[in-house]
Order: sequence, then structure tokens, then C-alpha cells
Amino acid sequence: MDGVLLLTVLVLLYIFAIGYLGYRGYRGTKTATDYLIAGREIHPFVMAMSYGAAFISTSAIVGFGGASAMFGLGILWLPFLNIFVGIFIAFIFIGSRTRAMGRRLDVHTFPEFLGARFQSRFLQVFAALIILFFMPLYAGVVLMGATKFIEVRLNIDYETALLFFSALVAVYVIMGGLKGVMYADAMQGIIMLAGMGILLFLTFSQLGGVVTAQERLTELAPQATAIFGEKGHQGWTAMPRFGSEFWWILVSSITLGVGIGVLAQPQLAVRYMTVKSTRELNRAGVAGGIFILIVTGGAYLVGSLSNVYFFDDPDVAKISFQAANKDLEQIIPLFITRYMPPWLGDVFFVTLMAAAMSTACSQFHAMGSAVGRDLFGASRTASSGRTIGITRIGIIITFLASVGLAYGLPVMFAGTGTAIVARGTAIFFGLCAAAFLPMYIGGLYTRAITKAGAIAGAVTGFGVSAFWLLFIHAKEANALQLCNFIFGRSPLTGTARTGFILWAEVDPIVVALPLAILVTVAVSMMTKDVASDHVARCFGDATPRAAAAAGSGSAPVARV
Amino acid sequence: MLGLADGWVAAAYILCLLSSLLCVVYGILNWNKGDEPVSDADRQWAKEEDKLEEEL
Repeated sequence: MDGVLLLTVLVLLYIFAIGYLGYRGYRGTKTATDYLIAGREIHPFVMAMSYGAAFISTSAIVGFGGASAMFGLGILWLPFLNIFVGIFIAFIFIGSRTRAMGRRLDVHTFPEFLGARFQSRFLQVFAALIILFFMPLYAGVVLMGATKFIEVRLNIDYETALLFFSALVAVYVIMGGLKGVMYADAMQGIIMLAGMGILLFLTFSQLGGVVTAQERLTELAPQATAIFGEKGHQGWTAMPRFGSEFWWILVSSITLGVGIGVLAQPQLAVRYMTVKSTRELNRAGVAGGIFILIVTGGAYLVGSLSNVYFFDDPDVAKISFQAANKDLEQIIPLFITRYMPPWLGDVFFVTLMAAAMSTACSQFHAMGSAVGRDLFGASRTASSGRTIGITRIGIIITFLASVGLAYGLPVMFAGTGTAIVARGTAIFFGLCAAAFLPMYIGGLYTRAITKAGAIAGAVTGFGVSAFWLLFIHAKEANALQLCNFIFGRSPLTGTARTGFILWAEVDPIVVALPLAILVTVAVSMMTKDVASDHVARCFGDATPRAAAAAGSGSAPVARV
Repeated sequence: MLGLADGWVAAAYILCLLSSLLCVVYGILNWNKGDEPVSDADRQWAKEEDKLEEEL
């Protein structure tokens, strides 16, 4: 009963604090734009926590943490990319230019940015449709990650837990959670940092310290090779065998998809535009680098080390994968419930709520604005009331789709040992990278990328990714069954190998992104843009025509 | 190294720490660099952004 009381108090405190900060924001004092209008700067710590809370979700903690329990610490290449690419490169090399160009073009969403940069209504709609159709998968696995924890923690069935948490997210969103209140977002980040920091400390200390804990994990290698040896596992503190099934999953799907895809995440890219200057991005990197290290690095270390706890427990005496009945998303919740003090379980419950809420809000913000601004409001002449109505319908539909996926995916992949949450996240990140990254980075750094090149590259990136998911990549091709229906076998390449390349396990990003880059560059070399004054305006050239255009206040978006 | 069996895993482990350190050092060294005054265009952008937030 005491446990229930503590949990209730913590959850109520959390809801009260978020509600209070949200109310303060609603009163018009604490959003990013309020700071900008007043000519003041957001504290870099607040900006970094807010960005980190939107970036890192229950997907990273429960989903990738569970995947780490299976694949081992080779997954640490992902937090390295999360920090180096997702914070350092993103803030210093991408964020600064996005902010400057976004302001010059007066754009407010990621699709609008792409459309305005290349003067293409097609690109704006294309990007909005990708967000609308595929972001529900990402939002769905974020809901799933939180639901799995509630299921284990409160010992209720998954469906009830999903209903409970979805209702909570819906109430939060309806109460104004989409309005990006900086202090509310930052508080979610601080809760995540504290919760994961405590969990990491206790996990190591109960095993006798960092090196001792990792040595004990190394000693468990025979258990890993006995079960997963054929797939390439060589122990939890070693990389899988080069070219094996596990190596391809770990390196291409889990590490590259999310590690690189973060640069082209619509819900994160817009945040660069809300800061006052490059100085804020420089400063925010300090807190951002530490946040990602503790939260994601911590989740993956805890995930792998859970094997020692489960195996050394005489009542279990199995590795995590078996202890959780092949349900990877159950591993972190089970581990915390079984081996951590009850109060930490309650604290972590709130940690995961914060992780899920902050990311879900940024996702529904991106999906809502994709409908309201990019699909129906881009003309800026549409009536405000009509746009709001359409946006609301769009958010409701994408919300229901996300909940539907959070319900259906565990059923579809039950008992297969699939890292559903990690895969769902990686698919969306990879798709964004292949479709958006070449034109986004190219558009920021060079004038040589033409509208035709950008469109050709985006369509190639998306098309190749979709083809690969439907016909080549085994997990999705087998689940979706289209390949089997058409060709009578799935995946198309079977178990074929070319050297070290195991085609059925090669992630779409490995093929789609290089091809998209190639096509973007090749088509750009064969075509040329005529609106040189527009390009000059994008890059802030002080020509009379560019200056005049910049003064007009809105970005001309041509139709193709 | 660090109780890990594989140099590749140890490399990832150390690179995580080093990349975090890079963010911290870069941020501190450039703490006061890159400041720009808020222009009218920035304020106009912020007002439009506020309108979008309200509509959402």
C-alpha cells in the first residue's frame, strides 16, 4: 500500500509541476518565442534539456535498453553517434545554419523549410506526408515503451496499461501540451537525467563498481554464444562476428539508422530556429552532451548488465532475453521491479512518463503542423478557424493510428524476440535520413543543389527505403507479406550473401542514403536553378534584390 | 580494458566519453561567441511562430 501511495504522490507531483509550468507558459511568459520577441535569451541549460527530452524517449530507455540486453555493449556506438552527431554536429554545424536560413525564409516547420529553400510546394507536401504516414510508427513505439513499463510495474495487462497511458497523453496534449513551454520541457529532461543517473549508479554499485560489473558481464559470454552463437553473438562486451546477422542488425539497423537519422528529424530541426543566436547553441552543447551520455549510455549499460542480475539470481538463473520470455521491451521494467529498491521503481515510473510525454508532444506538434500548415495552411490565406479544425482532426487521426500501432505491433511480433520499439524508431529515423538528409544538408551548405536534384534525391531516398523494407529486409518483408504475395517467397533475396553482405539484414539506410546522395548530386549537376536571387536570400547575401526580397517577410513557394 | 572483451566495444565506450567531453569543452571555449542582436525580422518570425503554436 505504501508503494502505491508513493507512486500516486510522485505522479500527482509530476502532473502538478508540468501543469503549473504549462499554465505559466499559457499565460504568455515562458515559451521560446516569448523570449525571442522580448529580445532575451533562453538559458542554454533549459534549451539543451528541452531538446534532449524531445530527442530521447521511452524508445531509447525501454526499447534500445532492451535491445542492449540482447546485443550487448556493441550498442555503445549508438550513444557515441547520439552525442557526436546528434548534439555536436547537429548544434554546431546544422543548427546554426538552420536557424539563420529558417529566419531568412520565415519558415516554421521542417517541410516548410525544405519547400521554401528549394521553392517547391511538392517537397513541402512530400515531407508532410512522410511525417503524417510514418511518424505514427515512431509515436506508437514511444507509447509502447511506456506502456510496457506500466504493465510490469502495476502488474496490469498491456491493453489496460495502454489505455491508461494513452488517455494520460491525450489529456496532456488537450490541456495545451503541444505549446512548447521551455521550462516544462526542461523539467522533463531533468527528471530523466536524475532518474537514469540514480539507476546507473545503483546498477554498478550493486555489482561492485564499474570495471568489476563489466568483468562479470564479460564472464557470461558462454551463455550468449550458447543461445545466439549461430547468429554471431560473441558475448555482451564484444561486437558480434563481422558480417553475421547480429552484426548487421546492430551496426546497420540499430546504430546507423538512429545515429545518422537524428540530423533530419522534423520535430528536432525546428527547435534550432527558436534560439536567439549561435551562441545559445554553442552553450547548449555542454548540457546536451552530458544529458545524452547519462540517459542513453546509462540505459544501454543497464540493459546489458541486467544479464548478470538475472543470471546470478538463483530464482531465475537465465539471461535477460529468456527471463523476459523473449519480450525485449519487458527487460528494463522487469529488471527495475526485481532488483532495484521499490522507491526507485516509482521514481523511474515518473522518469518514463517524462520521457514519453516530452517526445510524444514534439511528435504530435510535428504531425499537427504538417496537417495545419504544410498540407492545408501553406497558402496562408486559408481561414484560421478552418485550419485549426483540420489540424485537430489530423492530430486525432494520427493519435489513434499511434495507439493502434502500439496495440498491434506487440501482437504481430509476439514471441519472435524482435526489438519492436528499437526497430520502429530506427525505421522512421532511417526513412527521414534517406528522404531528407541529402537535400537538407546540401541546401544548408551549398548553392549547387537544385530543385530538381532535391526532388529526385528525396523521391529516390524514400522509394529505395520503401522497396527495401517491403521486399529485402527480412523482418519487415516477412511481417508485411507483400513480397510473399507477389513473388511467393520472402524476403526476395532469401538468405543470399555477397561476401560479408547478408542482404536480408542490411538496413534500408545503408543502400537508400548513398543512392539518394548520388541522385541529388547527379541531377543537380545536370540541371540549374534560375532563381539566383532566391538562393542569395537563403544564404543571406547582401545584394539589393536579396535584401528587398528579405524585407517582403514571406517565402515564395513555387508549385511544380 | 575496462573489463570489456573487445577493443571495438572499448573504443565505443571511450568515444562516448570523449564526444561528451568535446561538447563540454567546445561549449565552454565558445561560451560568448556567436551572439547576434534580435532583429525586427526575428521578432516577426517569433510572432508568426506564436500564432502557429496557438493554432495547434
